[in-house]
Amino acid sequence: MIAPFFKYGLFGDEASLILAFLVGIGFGFFLERAGFGSARKLTAQFYLTDLTVFKVMFTAIITALLGIFYLSWIGWVDLSLVYVPNTYLAPQILGGLLLGFGFIVGGYCPGTSVVGTATGRFDGFIFLLGLMAGIFAFGEAYPLLEGFVNSTDLGPITLPEALHVSYGLVVFAVVAMAVVGFWGAGIVERKFAAKSVNDRIPNAEA
Amino acid sequence: MAATVATEAMKAGAAARHEAGTGPAPYMNPYLAGVGLGLVLLATFVLMGRGLGASGAFTSVVAVGVEAAAPEHARANEFYVGYLENGFGHPFKSFLVFEVLGLMVGGFLSGALAGRNRRTVEKGPRISTRGRLGLAFLGGGLMGVGSKLARGCTSGQALSGGAVLSVGSWAFMLMVFAGAYALAYFVRRQWL
Repeated sequence: MIAPFFKYGLFGDEASLILAFLVGIGFGFFLERAGFGSARKLTAQFYLTDLTVFKVMFTAIITALLGIFYLSWIGWVDLSLVYVPNTYLAPQILGGLLLGFGFIVGGYCPGTSVVGTATGRFDGFIFLLGLMAGIFAFGEAYPLLEGFVNSTDLGPITLPEALHVSYGLVVFAVVAMAVVGFWGAGIVERKFAAKSVNDRIPNAEA
Repeated sequence: MAATVATEAMKAGAAARHEAGTGPAPYMNPYLAGVGLGLVLLATFVLMGRGLGASGAFTSVVAVGVEAAAPEHARANEFYVGYLENGFGHPFKSFLVFEVLGLMVGGFLSGALAGRNRRTVEKGPRISTRGRLGLAFLGGGLMGVGSKLARGCTSGQALSGGAVLSVGSWAFMLMVFAGAYALAYFVRRQWL
């Protein structure tokens, strides 16, 4: 067991901030490469003409998931030291719903709006101002919301624990679902791209 | 058929314009970009034992702003205090604040290399710029509240929590997609 390096004290707090900056650069680079600095590219996911959001997100999830799984299997990473966020089921379900509304109304999510802003999208910058206004509203309402925000606390529970199956089985199931999803995404895109092109080009063949 | 031809023609056109120095480069293959993003996330897990995030950095900014304007008010609120007292001595000395600074630099670099950086407002042809900016602010606001209720956004919960198989992160992710698909029809004039 040698990783996570920070948890084993291989470097301190100050160095961790430099690393944060560096992984941030990689994060921003690949978000922009994928087209996620563009609100129209992102929202096309929800009109089914371009499923890049689904493809990139699930490829990233299974890459990191498989990576951490194999690294822990061969004994390089102590999986118990990798942070699993606590589950607060009810606030996370409501929060996810609001976030979905915000995504299609605003065109970005927080990370992608930073990339949009950095690449000149003024709507991305306005989105960020709205984001901070929303956080401020939440902060001011926090004394009233506190009870709900901390309700349905299930601790750092993972899918294998909740389903009482092995970690490997869930990893396999997620990868299998993603692969089927990628195959389906191609079919959906061809169908809806044809429809949207035909809407714009009169007399075009289907 | 027409769609495939049109798509291929658009791709070829974009590539040709880029080579002639007159237009942006096409985006990276989504699966390749996904692997890149996944490896960045994996590196963060291995180095730090934690994942990526975004909304938390802006919460630090809001908390510092509130404290500057009304110190006693901020100190009386547990939510702000959580971001003001992060154990590093200063609220901006946080993993997420530095990561988001990098995010800005990385996005700018990629856009510059591909010729995609330009001042513009992203919108469909059927909405005014003012209307689009109003909705961008409203959407950001919804996301601000949502990400605090859920304790994270698409980066911290869906991507990072999803990769460590957190139950709440997966429930959150499904709801994000459900919410966006549910409202897509009503705001279609903004995008299509």
